[in-house]
Amino acid sequence: MNKYDETLIPMIGVITDVRIDTPDIKTFRVVTPDGKKAFDHRPGQCAMLSVPGVGEAMFSITSSPTNEEYMEFSIKKCGCVTDWLHQAEVGQQITIRGPYGNPFPVDDVFAGNNMLFIAGGVGLAPLRSVINYCRHFRDRYGKIDIVYGSRSKEDLLDYQEIIDEWTKDENVNVYLTIDREQEGWGGHVGFVPNYVKELGFDTDKIAVLCGPPIMIKFTLEGLASLGFEKTQVYTTLELRMKCGVGKCGRCNVGSKYVCKDGPVFRFDEIDELPDEY
Amino acid sequence: MRKCSLENINSVFAKIAEKAALYLPVDGDDGKASFTKWAEGKEWSDALNTVRSPKDFFFPQVEDLMRFKTEGKNIEITDIREESEDFVIFGVRGCDVKSFDILDRVFLSAPVDSYYASRREHGIIVSVACTRPSETCFCKSFGIDPAAPAGDVTCRKCEKELFWQANTEKGEALLKSIEEYTEECSSEAVDAVTEKINKIMAKLPLAGLDTKAFGGGKTKEFFDRPEWAELSEACLGCGTCTFVCPTCQCYDIKDFNTGNGVIRYRCWDSCMYSEFTKMAHGNNRLTQKERFRQRFMHKLVYYPENNDGLFSCVGCGRCLSRCPISMNIVKVMKKLGGEN
Repeated sequence: MNKYDETLIPMIGVITDVRIDTPDIKTFRVVTPDGKKAFDHRPGQCAMLSVPGVGEAMFSITSSPTNEEYMEFSIKKCGCVTDWLHQAEVGQQITIRGPYGNPFPVDDVFAGNNMLFIAGGVGLAPLRSVINYCRHFRDRYGKIDIVYGSRSKEDLLDYQEIIDEWTKDENVNVYLTIDREQEGWGGHVGFVPNYVKELGFDTDKIAVLCGPPIMIKFTLEGLASLGFEKTQVYTTLELRMKCGVGKCGRCNVGSKYVCKDGPVFRFDEIDELPDEY
Repeated sequence: MRKCSLENINSVFAKIAEKAALYLPVDGDDGKASFTKWAEGKEWSDALNTVRSPKDFFFPQVEDLMRFKTEGKNIEITDIREESEDFVIFGVRGCDVKSFDILDRVFLSAPVDSYYASRREHGIIVSVACTRPSETCFCKSFGIDPAAPAGDVTCRKCEKELFWQANTEKGEALLKSIEEYTEECSSEAVDAVTEKINKIMAKLPLAGLDTKAFGGGKTKEFFDRPEWAELSEACLGCGTCTFVCPTCQCYDIKDFNTGNGVIRYRCWDSCMYSEFTKMAHGNNRLTQKERFRQRFMHKLVYYPENNDGLFSCVGCGRCLSRCPISMNIVKVMKKLGGEN
């Protein structure tokens, strides 16, 4: 009907699997009605999912681009659209459009480097895409360290995949932690920022952070005390979005739009932005 | 250049309206001008400008984007937009013509907004030079010449005649279609009018308003200035400034359940509203100070930073006359730019 790529009109996605990850996070597998992956993406990019009549919201794509069959979204129940999705069953159709935003520079800046991934809570969702991408192309990256923490053992996202796959990979170290002592938990107890400092990583690596703002703030301080420069540390931001393409005007931090210029930023780039995120 | 007698103007309008819908400023019962579809009996308003800007023609206040039908677990999506048809907007002032360039940079940059683009392609703009700029006008500060507005056709009123000059192919075609009502003429009379307008502009109270303190790359210089608290203190967050502004283009996308499917529509939104950036986990612009700052930083710093130094204000003065607490961009510029 028209000569432009339609951006606001989504395609139909079908939920083909719902995994209960934690008491408030479910992971949804989505394909097109003919069973294909909706579109290609890069690690760190996002997609707009919507439930007609309820609303549309931006989610990071948690599956790795190396998965050519489907996309996955780990979604925390916290608002209108997410509440609705949490009661959706397999076979339910939703809408999907994307991919949006700039990905992590996995093929240039990250290539050849040791990697340190640090996540808190549902903050693992965007990092899982990068972690699994690095694991897939294992020989392109050096040592991989993953520090992941959540409130409790039950709140650790992707726990089964972490235990069954990540911890068994060669040259991949996974450090899990939970906030408070808990029966049946023999691992580390304490907050992520402190754990990072205790572990005392060498600075010969690139760090990627994602989690609640307070965790990011203290982890960044911890990394700085270990000698990391801001140019070595990446994160991904989240603000309210409607269009996903830098036009609706609400996700800007200074002159940058998180949907289009982000969501991935290096910390020295964030320093250039006003404190409004 | 061609001219016609103003006595004949309704015949010219009738001729234009034969081929395309014609909109022009018409005074309403309240005495205020608004762009109205021309029909026999509608008179072209003498007002300096319309209360609302003509941005509605390309970026309507509300527009339906698509329809969803759901049945069980299945969804059907239908593109329900209506095909755009050619239309002519007559009587657009220089400031408002410039606002279309500013909107174009948002909606026509990749990925192109197809809803906006198709209306833009079908719209023909006939601007009319201002003969009586008012004391709320400051378009000159943003490099706009009210005596030589852009558009597909530029018109100038001079005594009892209207002078027409085509600037684009679309404009040439329009002038060709009304040839029988106009005659070839020299530009002498127009030059005299231009000189008169420039004299008025130079005497206006806002003639000296300077933009040089602002522009891209100045976020750090202005963001944390203490003056924002005082400037925003009385702001009601009503959003009137954003609605009458010809360059404000923030929008929301919402769903409406008609009882027979869901319509997803787009409507104007405002950075002045508390809900604008509100998320499940919080709001990054908590108070009116942050929202107020966003609006002016965007017009004076962020937009120019992303658009080759072009400011996102055209000095039309609508916010000056409409703000219920008399706060406006001129006061912000004077306060932050160091001129009190």
